[in-house]
Amino acid sequence: MTDQLLNVQNLETIFKTPEGVVHAVNGVSFNLTEGETLGVVGESGCGKSVTMLSCLRLIPSPPGKTVAGEAFFHGQDLLKMSTEEIRNVRGGQISMVFQDPMTSLNPVMTIGKQLAEPLMLHMNMTREQARKRSIELLGLVGIPNAGDRLKDYPHQYSGGMRQRVMIAMALSCNPQILIADEPTTALDVTIQAQIVELVKRLRDELGMAIIWITHDLGVVASIAHRVAVMYGGYIIEDSDVKDLYLNPTHPYTLGLLGSLPQINEKEHTRLFSIEGMPPVLYNKPQSCPFAPRCTWVTERCWIENPTLEPVSPGHRVACWVDTKTGSKR
Amino acid sequence: MTADNNVLIKVENLVMHFPIYRGVIRRKVGAVHAVDGVSFKIHQGETLGLVGESGCGKSTTGRTILQLYKPSAGHVFYKDKDLVNLKPEAMRMMRREMQMIFQDPYASLNPRMTLRDIVGEPLMAFGEAGGKQIDERVANLLELVKLNPDFAGRYPHEFSGGQRQRIGVARALALNPSFIVCDEPISALDVSIQAQVVNLLEDLQKELDLTYLFIAHDLSMVRHISNRVAVMYLGVIVELADRNELYNNPLHPYTQALLSAIPVADPAFYNKRHRMVLEGDVPSPVNPPSGCRFRTRCPIADGYCAEKKPEWREIRPNHFVACHKV
Repeated sequence: MTDQLLNVQNLETIFKTPEGVVHAVNGVSFNLTEGETLGVVGESGCGKSVTMLSCLRLIPSPPGKTVAGEAFFHGQDLLKMSTEEIRNVRGGQISMVFQDPMTSLNPVMTIGKQLAEPLMLHMNMTREQARKRSIELLGLVGIPNAGDRLKDYPHQYSGGMRQRVMIAMALSCNPQILIADEPTTALDVTIQAQIVELVKRLRDELGMAIIWITHDLGVVASIAHRVAVMYGGYIIEDSDVKDLYLNPTHPYTLGLLGSLPQINEKEHTRLFSIEGMPPVLYNKPQSCPFAPRCTWVTERCWIENPTLEPVSPGHRVACWVDTKTGSKR
Repeated sequence: MTADNNVLIKVENLVMHFPIYRGVIRRKVGAVHAVDGVSFKIHQGETLGLVGESGCGKSTTGRTILQLYKPSAGHVFYKDKDLVNLKPEAMRMMRREMQMIFQDPYASLNPRMTLRDIVGEPLMAFGEAGGKQIDERVANLLELVKLNPDFAGRYPHEFSGGQRQRIGVARALALNPSFIVCDEPISALDVSIQAQVVNLLEDLQKELDLTYLFIAHDLSMVRHISNRVAVMYLGVIVELADRNELYNNPLHPYTQALLSAIPVADPAFYNKRHRMVLEGDVPSPVNPPSGCRFRTRCPIADGYCAEKKPEWREIRPNHFVACHKV
């Protein structure tokens, strides 16, 4: 297909720790088309951030290492690029917004300097041009008196404003892909709503593709076109956003949705809870990683790891059991 | 009044100002108005949810009720006793009745103590048990929170976040309290683990007839667990009602905005819903706005809102709100 912007195949990343080798990502494949917003959902440690960091080669090595896979961006494999080439992609064509705006901004540099840095590096702007563009960018993300606020340091901004600055910085070089790694997790609900609305508006104006990493199934429903659910270093369900919430199929997705209280809950119901806890993967799972916590588990689940198979157009699931009918696949 | 017989906690005009000192002689130059005149009641066996954004004073309210901070003004009654005027030793004895579960299960457990020491410490501090008895009580408590009693010799770092939160719950239950302040007990946990802990808290409430003050910023979880819900903004409660009443008929514009900002796990919902996005940030509690605290972000505020503080009124039975426009 021609409109594939990013095509990741069988990505595997491990971390060598004193306790042993942790298999964080175990063969993840996905596509991102132009202008599309892909939501990546999962709990902490499921490999969602590591997958994206691996694509940009931002995993610190050692201890981390991407041991297999390909990530094609415009026909070029990001994983095989020279250091110089990947540097041009990062921040330029693919940029990233991180979870915690306080730790990802430099506390001893003014906002203006930090905003100008990528512009001067990637766009070869002069200091004055970069300053003008910075003011434009801050205006774009809705920060008032942008000209004066360039002289401020990060601690003079509130949490929501810092996240706006991070977004401005990520957008500064007109990226084709914006990777947002839990950008609203550290923020209050009203500020979270502001940021989600802002990103939606910018997406419609600038037409970039977005990968939105989160653990919040609610936020994803409001912004994504397509959702990939991750567990134990695998994508276990991948679907069009409407179909995922209408017909959740994987037992883990069902469990996640069931454990959320309904906001329009009338009678008091007991929450569905998934017993046990997410695995730490010291061995690459040979069977379904969710089997120990799964209520649908069959013998085959302990022997063979299911692969992502289509269940309906645009909806793929990795499970040996058809949770709709209870029959085995 | 008969209806008031089962009131366990009564908070009256609670004020908590933290002074700000500056300069060489540490002159007082101002105060953080963390809690500014909060009143409510909690009935025996019920859960009162307290929601608001960070910095609105909800945790400070919880801590001040337990006298972990000495309130600047106001009263807190436990049954009929005014906790504010109690002598330190008398207050210490009251603590067995009221306990707290903290937000961060990583920071609230001493990493150098075993589970037996952590859960057994309140028992020793109050001379409730000694030696072998402690082991027995600790084992019972761990079973109560669905942890394996054989873990008593282990240290906190050997446990996951959800398990640690259970340890915190076991410690809070050690002295058979009747009132527990749950200060964001689930916000540090993963989604699938949150449901486990919430179910545990609900089971324990039924089993032991506990009363909770449940502090959180997750509005959907608060609706799930609470009987009544209070919404806080910048040190004051702006609305308080039964949970269904509050979520179905929110009257205060802040409550309406909060509710419309909740992310809902249903894409179809977003096409139908008009989203009310508030502009700006919460003002500083050092210089809170005059009149109504919410007026700087309120979509319907006018000049009158800046002049006069809105009164706390009962609009419908058991539905209280502080807003001129309602």
